[in-house]
Amino acid sequence: MEFKLKIWRQKNASAKGKFENHTLKNVSAEMSFLQMLDYLNQQIIESGGEPVHFEHDCREGICGSCGLYINGRPHGPVTHTTTCELHMREFEDNSTIVIEPWRSKAFSVIKDLVVDRSAFEKVIRAGGFVNVNTGSAQEANNIPINKKISDRAFDAAVCIGCGACVAACKNSSAMLFVSAKVSQMAMLPQGKVEAKDRVEKMVAKMDEVGFGFCSNTYGCEYDCPKGISVEFIAQMNREFFSARVCKSKR
Amino acid sequence: MIKLDSKIPKGPLADKWSDYKSSLRLVNPANKKKIDIIVVGTGLSGASSASALGELGYNVKVFCFQDSPRRAHSVAAQGGINAAKNYKNDGDSVYRLFHDMIKGGDFRAREANVYRAAEVSNYVIDHFAAHGVPFARDYGGMLETRSFGGVQVSRTFYAKGQTGQQCLLGTYSSLSRQIAKGTVTMYERRDMLDLVVIDGKARGIITRNLLTGELERHSAHAVVLATGGYGTVFYLSTLALGSNASAAWAAHRKGALFANPSFIQIHPTSIPVLNDYQSKLTLMSESLRNDGRVWVPKEKDENRHPNQIPEAERDYYLERRYPAFGNLVPRDVASRAAKERCDAGYGVGDSGLSVYLDFKDAIEKQGKKGIEDKYGNLFEMYMKITGINPYEEPMRIYPAGHYTMGGLWVDYNLMTTIPGLYSVGESNFSDHGANRLGASSLMQCSGDGYFILPYTIGDYLADEIRTPRIQTDHEEFDKAEKAAKERIDRLMAVNGKQTVTSFHKRLGKILWDHCGMVRSKEGLQKGIEMIDQLEDEFWKEVKVPATAGEYNQELEKAIRVADFFEVGRLMCQDALDRDESCGAHFREEYQTEQGEAKRNDAEYAHVSAYEYKGNRQSEILHKEPLVFENVELKERSYK
Amino acid sequence: MSKKGFRLSSLSHKYVMAAAGAFLMLFLISHLTTNLLLLAGDGGEKFDQAVEFLLTNPVIKIVEYVLFAGFIIHIILGVIIELHNRKSRPVGYKVALKSDTSAFSRFMIHSGIIIFIFLLIHLYNFFFVKLGLFPVYGGAESSHDFFPMVVVTLQNPVYAIIYIVSFVFLGFHLKHAFQSAFQSFGLNHDKYMPAIKVVGTIYAVVIAVGFSIIPLYFLFLYK
Repeated sequence: MEFKLKIWRQKNASAKGKFENHTLKNVSAEMSFLQMLDYLNQQIIESGGEPVHFEHDCREGICGSCGLYINGRPHGPVTHTTTCELHMREFEDNSTIVIEPWRSKAFSVIKDLVVDRSAFEKVIRAGGFVNVNTGSAQEANNIPINKKISDRAFDAAVCIGCGACVAACKNSSAMLFVSAKVSQMAMLPQGKVEAKDRVEKMVAKMDEVGFGFCSNTYGCEYDCPKGISVEFIAQMNREFFSARVCKSKR
Repeated sequence: MIKLDSKIPKGPLADKWSDYKSSLRLVNPANKKKIDIIVVGTGLSGASSASALGELGYNVKVFCFQDSPRRAHSVAAQGGINAAKNYKNDGDSVYRLFHDMIKGGDFRAREANVYRAAEVSNYVIDHFAAHGVPFARDYGGMLETRSFGGVQVSRTFYAKGQTGQQCLLGTYSSLSRQIAKGTVTMYERRDMLDLVVIDGKARGIITRNLLTGELERHSAHAVVLATGGYGTVFYLSTLALGSNASAAWAAHRKGALFANPSFIQIHPTSIPVLNDYQSKLTLMSESLRNDGRVWVPKEKDENRHPNQIPEAERDYYLERRYPAFGNLVPRDVASRAAKERCDAGYGVGDSGLSVYLDFKDAIEKQGKKGIEDKYGNLFEMYMKITGINPYEEPMRIYPAGHYTMGGLWVDYNLMTTIPGLYSVGESNFSDHGANRLGASSLMQCSGDGYFILPYTIGDYLADEIRTPRIQTDHEEFDKAEKAAKERIDRLMAVNGKQTVTSFHKRLGKILWDHCGMVRSKEGLQKGIEMIDQLEDEFWKEVKVPATAGEYNQELEKAIRVADFFEVGRLMCQDALDRDESCGAHFREEYQTEQGEAKRNDAEYAHVSAYEYKGNRQSEILHKEPLVFENVELKERSYK
Repeated sequence: MSKKGFRLSSLSHKYVMAAAGAFLMLFLISHLTTNLLLLAGDGGEKFDQAVEFLLTNPVIKIVEYVLFAGFIIHIILGVIIELHNRKSRPVGYKVALKSDTSAFSRFMIHSGIIIFIFLLIHLYNFFFVKLGLFPVYGGAESSHDFFPMVVVTLQNPVYAIIYIVSFVFLGFHLKHAFQSAFQSFGLNHDKYMPAIKVVGTIYAVVIAVGFSIIPLYFLFLYK
């Protein structure tokens, strides 16, 4: 297979970037998208150039490091698939592939296709945890949890923190990411205790770090590689509302 | 001359840890604030150590090379986490878990350490449940378990095929909490390049800021390495591409002994190599062997589609060879059995290097939904990578490099041979002997970090309360930083023609062929020679583009690969020295008539710990004898 | 939004937007019901009665102020949210987002602006006359005698088309708005959401078609 690649190149955070064109021949349909980029980089290095920087680590769709905006979709054309799980057989031979970094005020470009996602860290640090110290846990089976609720919490907890929801949102909103954590913890009895404080803190931080507002467009759900549902956003809306309305001032 | 003292407490096995814990010295809360601890790595063991130490009030600095601590490769563990809860009433106990691990490790692990790991396993499950880790539950709302390779009880807790992700994210949340509280300072995107030792004690590290290329100095009263294994030495492995040995190796160069380097687990169920550009092999959890049946055709050169091959013409070789454990034999046994069939010409796929893992019977019995509930995400993953639907035809699998039982030598306190330098999780060698049983690495990592290190490190730090904050202008910091800089400059200066990856691939191939699933004296000797040659070529021909003073992913790789040559050589040296077969270490010359591993307990019931003497120098072997007082050494049989 | 003092969180924007929107949706039902009386074929008798009631009932008077507040809040907040969201992605994509989201939801601000312009025209046609800012026309006896004015306005093809086109956009706007309001208040449930979406679509169609019938009637059928 052969492809024309249009790749965003940017030397560093302050440099002005531009698209660079490459023609890549002899691509195997069995290659993953990142292997294709490895292959391109190999050729760039051998011809004395500087390789394209992109983030990746586990290459099996679970660490959340990778994330490229490919032909107008975060993580490329296949639904419920991370960039590293995407294979070249999904593309038409001789087609043009445009590769861009995530774009959002909260995710600035560091180099080429690498962006700074530390805004997510800040949101989690604002309250995405259960306040329990090591050693103070009780016997695990003392608190039974309804299987359906537990499974539902799991569905929210599968978030890999890749940032595709922000990249996919026309408003660069991080609602899906934040709501997945808020909902997971609010559903489980262990996290319920501080659910109201948690949602207020995490939402406040989310607003502070520069994400956009949600307008219920649901692009996030469509492009989430883990298929996290916008029902969790509704749940967060509910949690936050009840926190604002019901929480005592004292 | 280094003397290995394992510091195993006296007393009956079951009481050792609790008695010892009560005798350890403490640091008072006011003093803890004045003590700095560095933790390198944010996987399950690193993040749990950092958060537990932060909770205690120490001043912790934690480092990772990724953009976020949540990316660490513990996230990819799939199948589950063991604990001796005996919720199934099937006869499980701490002793049985201990016994399974000792036996699974082919009697090459320390009794006391393994027993302690089994003992704290129950707290780990409680702790994760309290953190909101959504483990699988039954309809009564109680925690569900499943069985795993090498054991006959059901003690593996799981969250679909993403147990590692859920445990890691739980730990990451407790780490985030401490970062928010200010007890832990997080340094992302840093590679540890060297360890700083002052007056014989670990006092700091040199890191490279991956975004700026700047070398940084960080000091502390103690350093904890939680840097994982070195399985990426094979290039193709189930590990993340960034996983590397460099931090542990830097410590090794500075005097920390490296134990059992040749004990590398080859995981039996990974997706086979599909093309020449493959960059990694994706694991298919061992839990699949609960319901999947492994087979190859009975005839060589079978060309039919697997679904067309009738039952009578299939060889379920694991069930045939090991009737008692069947498809659930330990990993090393399953891997070698697959290799044996493929080498004998019965392998399937274009390359003949794979075997079938078939779910037909399980789907018939439990329904598609039942299988989907247990393994849905794994099946999906398989489908994405291969384009084949495993609900309809068998998966193809083949062994791949996975987990390193070997690692930095540590004593009962998890301290290496350098005072003040600790190693937890996969980066140490302590609990898995010559072969790790499934679902015991999540257990060990979190046990080490949450429930062991926080106790033992206090005993060392009790002597450090009078030591003021370590200054980074000490000459040892100068020296270490200079050495790191020189190494980088040397790499940049080569300016050859070949990429770092091309060398890594070749190194991996050498090790896979000569120090992989089956080893031999000649093969290992040849392997060492080939590594030497390749290393020479590397230092003449490697090309690292751009400069060292910027974000440079090629340079990061180059630094890691440069260390892998040394790691690989030591693996071969150790495999060559160990004239026996045990666990994952299988020497062709030492096998029973049925082709099973033949141990030599008289001469090799010891830990081999190596002392670094400079590159290309043969390392000095120190032996720590293994004493078995509570289990009987016998041939490991799963028949 | 303001640098100091009271600051609305992103979620509170949603609630207020949704609450104002929901109120406007209720208003549309009552407005449509009244307007459909125009079709009674009685020379506007029933319609005039209804108008008279609405213009004199003190409760309705209060509701009218609330209604204005609803409009103003919904419009201003809509603009604020849009500006904020644009700022949240200072550098755009070369290849536009291809996510399979509904066009109704992506173009809310656009349909909103069209509806706003329509609203101004509509106010100019009727409401400002009522307030006495513009003279009555079409032979109306007082500023409360709307029927003749409606006839004149809607028999003008230009106005009729403007009205109909605006109603189509209003339908688009409502199609998303209805279920969106539920989502914003957290009322998204796998059991009920499909039904909510169906009801929302029916609502949007009824409003758009219902209002559109009126200019069509005056354009083609009313003699």
